[in-house]
Amino acid sequence: MNTIGTQEAAIRIRDLNFAYNGTPILESVTLDIMARDSLCIVGPNGGGKTTLLKLILGLLKPDQGEIQVLGQTPEKSRLRIGYVPQYARYDPQFPVTVLNVVLMGRLDRIFCGAYAKTDREAAQTALEEMGLADLGGRLFSEISGGQRQRVLIARALAAEGELLILDEPTANIDAASEEHLFEVLGKLNERLTVMLVTHDVGFASKFFKSIVCVNRQVVLHPTSELTGDLIRNMYGGDIRMIRHDHRCSPEGHCNHGIS
Amino acid sequence: MEFLNALADPAIPFLRYAFGAGILASLAFGIIGTYVVARRITYIAGAIAHCVLGGIGAGLYCQHKLGITWFGPLSGAIVAALLAAIIIGLVSLHASQREDTAIGALWAIGMAVGLLFIAKTPGYIEPMSYLFGNILLISKFDLWMVLVLDTLVVGIATLFYHKFLAVCFDEEYARLRGVRTDLYYLLLLCLTALTVVLLVRVVGIVMVIALLTLPAAVASNFAKGLWQMMVLATLFCIAFIASGLAISYSNDLPSGPTIIIIAGFAYLAASVFQHFRKNRGR
Repeated sequence: MNTIGTQEAAIRIRDLNFAYNGTPILESVTLDIMARDSLCIVGPNGGGKTTLLKLILGLLKPDQGEIQVLGQTPEKSRLRIGYVPQYARYDPQFPVTVLNVVLMGRLDRIFCGAYAKTDREAAQTALEEMGLADLGGRLFSEISGGQRQRVLIARALAAEGELLILDEPTANIDAASEEHLFEVLGKLNERLTVMLVTHDVGFASKFFKSIVCVNRQVVLHPTSELTGDLIRNMYGGDIRMIRHDHRCSPEGHCNHGIS
Repeated sequence: MEFLNALADPAIPFLRYAFGAGILASLAFGIIGTYVVARRITYIAGAIAHCVLGGIGAGLYCQHKLGITWFGPLSGAIVAALLAAIIIGLVSLHASQREDTAIGALWAIGMAVGLLFIAKTPGYIEPMSYLFGNILLISKFDLWMVLVLDTLVVGIATLFYHKFLAVCFDEEYARLRGVRTDLYYLLLLCLTALTVVLLVRVVGIVMVIALLTLPAAVASNFAKGLWQMMVLATLFCIAFIASGLAISYSNDLPSGPTIIIIAGFAYLAASVFQHFRKNRGR
């Protein structure tokens, strides 16, 4: 498998427009994401985060403009992407073992019949990497939310891609699982480009090298500069920051707060 | 037991044929029923089953009115089932809204076409026997037909097990792994259609859907993984058909409803059992 240098763009988007039923969702998006970057896609609900993700995965086609993922069209580079969807959308009663879920990451390597030994080994390695070595035989529906999330990451790792994309991985998992998740992502970021979608930006700056704000327009910020503009981009429009210092005068909060 | 003697009795071959067809078809029912229950497409399978009547009617009409001897009710049923599967499959893949309306319409239209054909076919034909099953109609030829369809369905379903599993569990992800999910979904519906045709004669169009889904639903309470669910569903299906035929024979009851009632009770019992087991675990 060819490895890309850190200077190469993992994702290149040029003048992209996308509308759904006449409503513009994304407008004149130009974006370069470098290999080995770790970035967080944030923005208000309905701002176009999921649409951007689907365009990068090639599940949607842009109306105008161009997308290149790992130097190819999204359809062609699809198999080199490890994708982690939200676990909450799965049928909670579906009878499938954890190992079989992880093996789906190797689905492109078989036409019919059983998986090869190398596929099963890769799946087991991915499970071990996510700290789930003993869970292979368990039912996907029996394990906890945090574990399911990690199983889905293991599935993406079993695919041996170069780009890891996670959709809302922190939704519905507890704080301890979340901490563990970012520990693992930090390790994976040494060899993979990591891209994560979230609406929860509180933690964003801890792990990520860049933040991409999506609200019809798309803007990339390095995390070092957390300015008022960036915060406005994240939440969409002017907002008032809530101050927790509570130095209230009898007339209420001081008037010169940050807006 | 009386039923076992009757099975061996050369004077009543139809009972043997019905029993054989039921046991053989159980394999396809267990496997495809598991996919249908896991993918939650019972409603779609129901529509396909009812469209079969259109094909049966067309087959009867061709045979009796037009004198086309090679195109009978069974061929008609197979063609109609496959056609319905493809149309419904395309509707459910491409119409994002009001999918249920379109499927419901096809469900009724298929039956209407069948009843019109039967009405215009010379000689008296009892639509009841197709709607609710009649084991007296089963011939040795049907048994061979079941065997051929069975081999086809089981062969394809086993060969592409992992593809079907992924398409049922997470269609979007399967697509991202380079699987032509639309084709596999249509193939799954076509296999469902063929499976439905297998037992229309034994339990009838209206009730065949219960036999497709209830054994799998009962099995899902005990199964760990899709494979186990398929094996268990097959065993349950065999048990329901065998006991249903035995009880219906010794009590002079129609076979189809007897089989379905047994399956229904088993499903109810399994659900209640599961409910209490879960509550105790809490």
